Amino acid sequence: MAGSKKIQFSEKAMAYVRELIARYPAGKQKSAVIPILHLAQAEFDGWLSAPVMDYVASLLNIQSIEVYEVASFYSMFNLKPVGKCTIEVCHTSSCWLRGAEDIIRHIEKKLNISAGETTTDGMFTLKKVECLGACGYAPMFQVGADFYENLTIQKTDELLEKFRKEGKRQTYCNHLVDVK
Amino acid sequence: MGKKLLLDKVGVAGIQKYDVYRREGGYAAVEKALKALTPEIILDEVKKSGLRGRGGAGFPTGMKWSFLAKPPGVPRHLVCNADESEPGTFKDRYLMEKLPHLLIEGMITSSFALGANTSYIYIRGEYAYIYKILETAIQEAYKAGWLGKNILGTGYDLDLYMQIGAGAYICGEETALLESLEGKRGNPRIKPPFPAIAGLWGRPTVVNNVETLMAVVPIINFGGEAYSKIGIGRSTGTKLISASGHINKPGVYEIDLGLPVEEFIYSQEYCGGILGGRKMKAVVAGGSSVPILPTELILRTAKGEPRLMTYESLGDGGFATGTMLGSGGFIVMDESTSIVKNLYTFSRFYHHESCGQCSPCREGTGWMEKILHKVLSGHGTLRDIDLLWDIQQKIDGKTICPLGEAAAWPVASAIRHFRSEFEDFVKNPQSIQDVKHYYRLTGEKA
Repeated sequence: MAGSKKIQFSEKAMAYVRELIARYPAGKQKSAVIPILHLAQAEFDGWLSAPVMDYVASLLNIQSIEVYEVASFYSMFNLKPVGKCTIEVCHTSSCWLRGAEDIIRHIEKKLNISAGETTTDGMFTLKKVECLGACGYAPMFQVGADFYENLTIQKTDELLEKFRKEGKRQTYCNHLVDVK
Repeated sequence: MGKKLLLDKVGVAGIQKYDVYRREGGYAAVEKALKALTPEIILDEVKKSGLRGRGGAGFPTGMKWSFLAKPPGVPRHLVCNADESEPGTFKDRYLMEKLPHLLIEGMITSSFALGANTSYIYIRGEYAYIYKILETAIQEAYKAGWLGKNILGTGYDLDLYMQIGAGAYICGEETALLESLEGKRGNPRIKPPFPAIAGLWGRPTVVNNVETLMAVVPIINFGGEAYSKIGIGRSTGTKLISASGHINKPGVYEIDLGLPVEEFIYSQEYCGGILGGRKMKAVVAGGSSVPILPTELILRTAKGEPRLMTYESLGDGGFATGTMLGSGGFIVMDESTSIVKNLYTFSRFYHHESCGQCSPCREGTGWMEKILHKVLSGHGTLRDIDLLWDIQQKIDGKTICPLGEAAAWPVASAIRHFRSEFEDFVKNPQSIQDVKHYYRLTGEKA
């Protein structure tokens, strides 16, 4: 857990933090808080603990509360630990029309958890989320930065198996850092 | 001009890459704008084109640009709204994924016209994989000399940066987007002042949708007048439509404004008709916020005229019998669909996405979701339907930003056109269980 080890970005992440801050005028470094929180979530076990948020505040030279209020506003920031692989199933209109509920029920049964819960082995968290902009390719879910679309029950099973085999933490940020 | 203005090159292999995009004539608009045109002429061309904001509001782009304050010595900004989050809308995602350089080209041309030297693309957090595509394209554009200092030797400087969100529909509202870009919660600002006067960091700012900025490229290449000849009346040019729901060919289509709705739904070129040959029940034509219409009113106006894909025709009849083009998020529902259940997904969405600043929206969206849940659980009463109507009326027009209206209109229109369905559920709770939804994946191949 984040609290048990020193909170410190990797060199690669720190270089990216500096580049992000340089995108804004002098004194407006607070603008970088959202991308840096994404990075922090990716580097520190997939969620934002208070010490992690304090660390981000110190990097930006802003008050901790300015980070807390942002982290608590946006739905992609986890304020509690989550599984290595968070499956976010869209269930708004178009996805619902094309069977999202069946996908959710199937995953719940398969993983033996309800939406919002994490499996006991810490591998999967299942979330029901609102429109992800994949309406024409419904039903779908997002895992990390990737969209998995036109889902069927069979395709869902195959994907769960793939994630389990890979066993790695899936973050929104893979692509942000990979760019560098 | 050809029919496809934005998507004409979408099928070219490798068009995401700079070399291919350039070989196919890309960045011609930037060359023309910076070398042969002035900001005034570009503004004039955009005004002549009749282009209207493609994010949903349909406000004339040229007019929006002309409001930009230009106090000496104060930097101005152009911000691209790539926060596409309106349920039913996924065209900006498609455009950015397939044609990243078209957005950059549109942004350079537009930034030059507005006198902006630093511009941002604010993209919703969930589109992280597109962030990478755009970031790569921006780096290519810098390398090729289209961004940075002294572009094409004209003395014009422009830096273009990406900014990622983190999951908040409200950040598609332009002042909430600016708050978020400043590193704050996405709470919409009270207007005035409008962003054109005091936007990003208090500086004059124009916020435009992805599709709007891309449309500037053909307008500069072919001229505003040629663009304005496509379409009907005040609905000029082409529009990207995101088609989803119970149709044979869901996807993103570029249409000439003025296409008959019936042709859009049934022709093989577009939606390809209703899945399984079933009957259509209703359509949400412009993203979740706009009024839902039953089949007879989406195909024909109350006057009996064919409904067309234009701002005016879809709006014909006002909210009594019409709807809006909105963002072009076109959701089709077949005869098996429960309008009440679909509305519940919308109301749950708006409750989840309300920023919480204004009481009517914060409390009202929650109440609407709860009442719909109650009705769907078989515990509804006839009074609940009246209560829903009453709540939506008390949100509409009483909030800082349009999320209030966006939450109210789907409720109002569902009750207006499908009241008997609500009553059936209340009077006969068993009928809720009897609703046969055709697309159960467990029972039928998707």
